[in-house]
Amino acid sequence: MGILITLLVAVAVAVALLQVVPLLVYGERKISAWIQDRDGPNRVHLTIKGVPIMPKGLMQPLADAIKLMFKEDMVPTKADRFLFMLAPVIAVVPNAAAFCVIPFGDNWVIASMGLDVNLQVSNANAGILVTLALSSLAVYALAFGGWAANSKFPLMGGLRATAQIISYEIALGLALISVLLTAGTLDLQEIVHQQAHNFTDWNMFKQPLAFFILLVAAFAENNRLPFDLPEAESELVGGYHTEYSGLKFSMFFMGEYLAMVSMSGVIVTLFMGGWSLPGIIDPGSLSFFHGPATVLCFVVKMAAVLFFYIWVRWTLPRFRYDQLMNIGWKKLIPLALLNIGVTALVLAS
Amino acid sequence: MYLDFTNVLVFFIVGLVFVILNVSVLSRILRPSIPHEEKETTYECGEPAIGSSWIRFDIRFYTVALIFLIFDVEVAFLYPWAGVFKRSLDEIKEAKAMGLELTATQASIGSFLFFEMLIFVLILVVGFVYVWAKGDLQWIKTMTGQEDQQKN
Amino acid sequence: MADLKATGLTSKGKIPTEPFGDRAISFEPEPGLGEGRMILNFGPQHPATHGTLRLSLELEGEIIVSAKPDIGFLHTGFEKLGENRNYNQFITVTDRMNYMSAMSNNVGFALAVEELLEIEVPPRAQAIRLIMAELSRISDHILCVGLQGMDLGAFSVMLWSFIQREKLYDVFELTSGGRLTTSYTRVGGLAYDLPDGIIPRIKAFLAKVPEIIDEVEYMLSHNRIFIDRTQGIGVLTKENAISYGVTGPMARAAGVDHDLRRDRPYMGYQNYDFDVPVKTEGDAYARYEVRVQEMRESLKILDQALDNLPSGPVNCLGGKVRLPGKDEVYTKMESLIHHFILSMPGHGLETPKGEIYHATESPNGELGWFLVGDGTSIPYRARVRPPSFYNYSAIRTMIEGKPLADIVSVLGSLNVIAGELDR
Repeated sequence: MGILITLLVAVAVAVALLQVVPLLVYGERKISAWIQDRDGPNRVHLTIKGVPIMPKGLMQPLADAIKLMFKEDMVPTKADRFLFMLAPVIAVVPNAAAFCVIPFGDNWVIASMGLDVNLQVSNANAGILVTLALSSLAVYALAFGGWAANSKFPLMGGLRATAQIISYEIALGLALISVLLTAGTLDLQEIVHQQAHNFTDWNMFKQPLAFFILLVAAFAENNRLPFDLPEAESELVGGYHTEYSGLKFSMFFMGEYLAMVSMSGVIVTLFMGGWSLPGIIDPGSLSFFHGPATVLCFVVKMAAVLFFYIWVRWTLPRFRYDQLMNIGWKKLIPLALLNIGVTALVLAS
Repeated sequence: MYLDFTNVLVFFIVGLVFVILNVSVLSRILRPSIPHEEKETTYECGEPAIGSSWIRFDIRFYTVALIFLIFDVEVAFLYPWAGVFKRSLDEIKEAKAMGLELTATQASIGSFLFFEMLIFVLILVVGFVYVWAKGDLQWIKTMTGQEDQQKN
Repeated sequence: MADLKATGLTSKGKIPTEPFGDRAISFEPEPGLGEGRMILNFGPQHPATHGTLRLSLELEGEIIVSAKPDIGFLHTGFEKLGENRNYNQFITVTDRMNYMSAMSNNVGFALAVEELLEIEVPPRAQAIRLIMAELSRISDHILCVGLQGMDLGAFSVMLWSFIQREKLYDVFELTSGGRLTTSYTRVGGLAYDLPDGIIPRIKAFLAKVPEIIDEVEYMLSHNRIFIDRTQGIGVLTKENAISYGVTGPMARAAGVDHDLRRDRPYMGYQNYDFDVPVKTEGDAYARYEVRVQEMRESLKILDQALDNLPSGPVNCLGGKVRLPGKDEVYTKMESLIHHFILSMPGHGLETPKGEIYHATESPNGELGWFLVGDGTSIPYRARVRPPSFYNYSAIRTMIEGKPLADIVSVLGSLNVIAGELDR
């Protein structure tokens, strides 16, 4: 029975993740249009026998997906075909799997059926490490994709991506450590519980520097502006995915958005109280609506983080490569180390 | 507990199968395939590419990879430390509150844990400082390298 | 597949064996290539090259060892067209030469021909031309500043400025009937007088411009990333600027205090009060700042010009260069003959034999026209000195030894108009 429920949750998460990507793309296009005084997608809609099912523009992601499916898929003759195939596969899976350990809701007690559903695909006790490990796997996609095409712009994009992601991963990891120090555990559910009682318990207030470093590093990890140098459409045309077309391209696209979703899940869980809302949604309630309410709260918080991602992207210009490396190595890493030291000192004294 | 990690693995494998099916099978059924030599050339702004792009790339990428490796291992070691640091402090505090007798080591566990990790981190920081001072973190130096290094 | 065969294309098409023809020689890889250096084509099909330019770069890592600019992708033969079109017909060609500030080119060419003919246009026509030239300066700079931001990734700024440029194009459309290709001037005057109610409309637009300039400055001037990407990037020294013949905002950003509007006034610029912004840094940021300040100066000029717009005719009727009005053609014998002479093949404008060089300060710099008249209505030679060509030729000194990413920053600040560059 337990396994069955876990399976159901896993399937639900997988389906939800697949749905989130088109919605996010639509959201990004609408928000950017709003920022730039445009309309955004406003044509594609679904009408059955004159009855509008979906409002105008909302079907745009579906239309895009169908278009990409029917696009010819070209592999350059000079390319390394195996790695060229492999890269888009790696781009999606680890980024989606990184979401597994994130608790997106409290235990959902369904009294009438005598069930206690754990709203988390996997309650691994070192969950945060799994997320980190999986998200760093995604760097292979960019490295392989960039190198395999045997084309110059992708190669540069791939190299940039690799160096950028591994550099910022250290800053990311170090920023997390200071949070874990204050939490005293690696269990994500427990970290959420710690933050559930007071807004001031949220780690973003307890560890503002770590929050800032993690936010910056998260942008760099996900290749979002101002750190989107691996793609940098005005310099490298498309970076590592220049040579990709059709579904393979869409896999890269999906992977990127999934990485954003997973990362925002991590941010919400660690810094913004996860699924809890002090005073309103408290842990441990036995009500039937408690489960859905926590999930809703989590989704709203994640949407806020994702909105911030999009907002920043359409506001800031991008760094140059050496500036990016300087920030990563010479500013963020020393700062993060310092933060750990100070945190440990305060705790020990 | 192992079951929990199995969940992740299953999720991973299912995702893998889904994507591979998508990329190879579904796309093969749906998409047209009209190969043409010119289509399959690599993109270089509309001009034929000169030379291969599989060149020997900058040595600094390897340097960065090496420093990363060292630091990542360090970070991995810091995680368990971060996990137990507060807990052991709390245990000592509790013990104190309950009025239990403490040995000297137990009483100074806070500073012991702190300095132990500090030494560990410092050793790595020495390497970091060395790389920094040597200028390997200075990205632009190939052409104007000598001047730039002196300036910084 | 059958269709493909019918068109002579096979599924395995052939790539030409010598893609470059003669040019392949000049771009042959140098020895040692592949050891860490590579040749990269930057353009012609590249998002950062507004228009079609090509830079053949030799890269070591991401550092540009040498850059070879290659132009001519948008070569349209404008100058040759000039030898086959009469003076008024050529005005439509000047639009296409610089599609970012067509009005400015129209005005420049008309002024050059008028100097060849030694005629003077009425004050109202002069004032309207001046207004249009300054408006087109704003239209050029506002977009250039936005594009400079866009090249560095700040996409929203570009669209904000684009919206304002579209509103300016509404003004152009009302006055000339065309948005992009205006063809508003004629030799000896203008195609039409200003339409009714355009002045308040222009003023309404001008009231908006400071707002958008402030908005752009808010997004870019105080943005640390933008400053890091532009300050000290693409430095053009004063000596280089002069020796390459660089003019306009680029030269003024490099410390060359030269503006034809002030130093060699035409169209009555001497009657207006304005400053010429000059910077000494010569980098991309200085160019951006000069452009922003020039827009503010243009606003000053426009305010003065709109308030003191003289009345009267917009065409000079002496010298038989402009078509007389229809009411006159139908009522006066002389006007009828005048009309026929101007419009019949083999007749038309009578230019003196001789040559003339006349330069105006277009948004990008000195736009000069060298015209050789041979007594007919068609120029013997129409040569243009496009500012973009000289500005672009200095790019090597700005990007060699710098990382690849600086190219986009520099190109954005050059405001290269490919139509004008290749002619």
